[in-house]
Amino acid sequence: MCETCGCGDPEIVPIEVQERILSDNDAQAAHNRSHFEALGLLAINLMGSPGAGKTAVLEASAKAAGGRLKLGAVSGDLATERDADRLNASGIVSATITTGSACHLDARLVHRALHDFPAGDRDIFFIENVGNLVCPAIYDLGQAANVVALSVTEGEDKPLKYPVMFQKADLVLLTKVDLIPHLDFDVAAVEDGLARVMPEARMLKVSAKTGEGIDAWLQWLEERRPAEGHRHEHSHGHHHEHH
Amino acid sequence: MHEYSIVASLIDRVQQEAAAHGGSRVHRLHVKIGELSGVEIDLLKTAFDTFRERTICDGAELAIDTVAPAWACPSCERAVERGAILRCDACGRPARMIQGDEIILQRIEMEAPNV
Repeated sequence: MCETCGCGDPEIVPIEVQERILSDNDAQAAHNRSHFEALGLLAINLMGSPGAGKTAVLEASAKAAGGRLKLGAVSGDLATERDADRLNASGIVSATITTGSACHLDARLVHRALHDFPAGDRDIFFIENVGNLVCPAIYDLGQAANVVALSVTEGEDKPLKYPVMFQKADLVLLTKVDLIPHLDFDVAAVEDGLARVMPEARMLKVSAKTGEGIDAWLQWLEERRPAEGHRHEHSHGHHHEHH
Repeated sequence: MHEYSIVASLIDRVQQEAAAHGGSRVHRLHVKIGELSGVEIDLLKTAFDTFRERTICDGAELAIDTVAPAWACPSCERAVERGAILRCDACGRPARMIQGDEIILQRIEMEAPNV
């Protein structure tokens, strides 16, 4: 009988659940992670505001990496395929995940995109999330690391204003640093804000325009790539749900 | 506005539990939401009030426990204040969040004569 509210109704029973509401997404993300690991791919969830320079950083990365790294990407976009077109033109094999009105990618959308994506020969797989500093942080996609692009034109206060996003970040890319001489932008203030919301605060200053910092960013990625010996043939023999 | 998709997942889960226990009408859901989970309580309530109609949760109450964030050193367990630099004063290690990012369905109160 109901003991919680004391109404005494004998037919009301408490059912204990104690589970994450997004446990379905978590399970799908774990499945994606096993795909990425089997393929020996480093999967990066790249997040940031609209206009933070996510696509531009990837274009600059492709340019700097030359043929050294094989890059792939899927871009979450509400309505267009512009980002994927730009990335394909820069040499990154890319596809679009059209989200309609959804403000974030979830693990199921990424999984569906993976099925049509020639990821097998890629070294690094970028998941360029929908431009948004709130919602994408909540959904695990199966990535190895979360990277947040924050542009200098957005202001120093963003880490303290959007702590959930920055708390989940493994790396922050401070983008468009070539503009700093034209702005009243305090880099130390951003670093201080990050140290208060991001447990192992790590930030790299980059400019897609001048190429500054892009090598350090590629180095950061290289350090996280799975070791050669750990890669094995991708198999679809495991349990697989298609929606 | 991911609160709508969270409510959709919540109601799906409640439907599964109701089917498993032969439950019918749901009276109350208890959820636990961390202040740093990224879920806005007011938006969650609005989304629930909108989505519960014509589902098993029609008329159900959403009882929300909010959880304040807390940080501590992973080795010496000293607390690190919210808003402070997230590093242990004593040993210098990066602090770890110990609570405050929960999005959890704790308990469902429903009419289930077979339980």
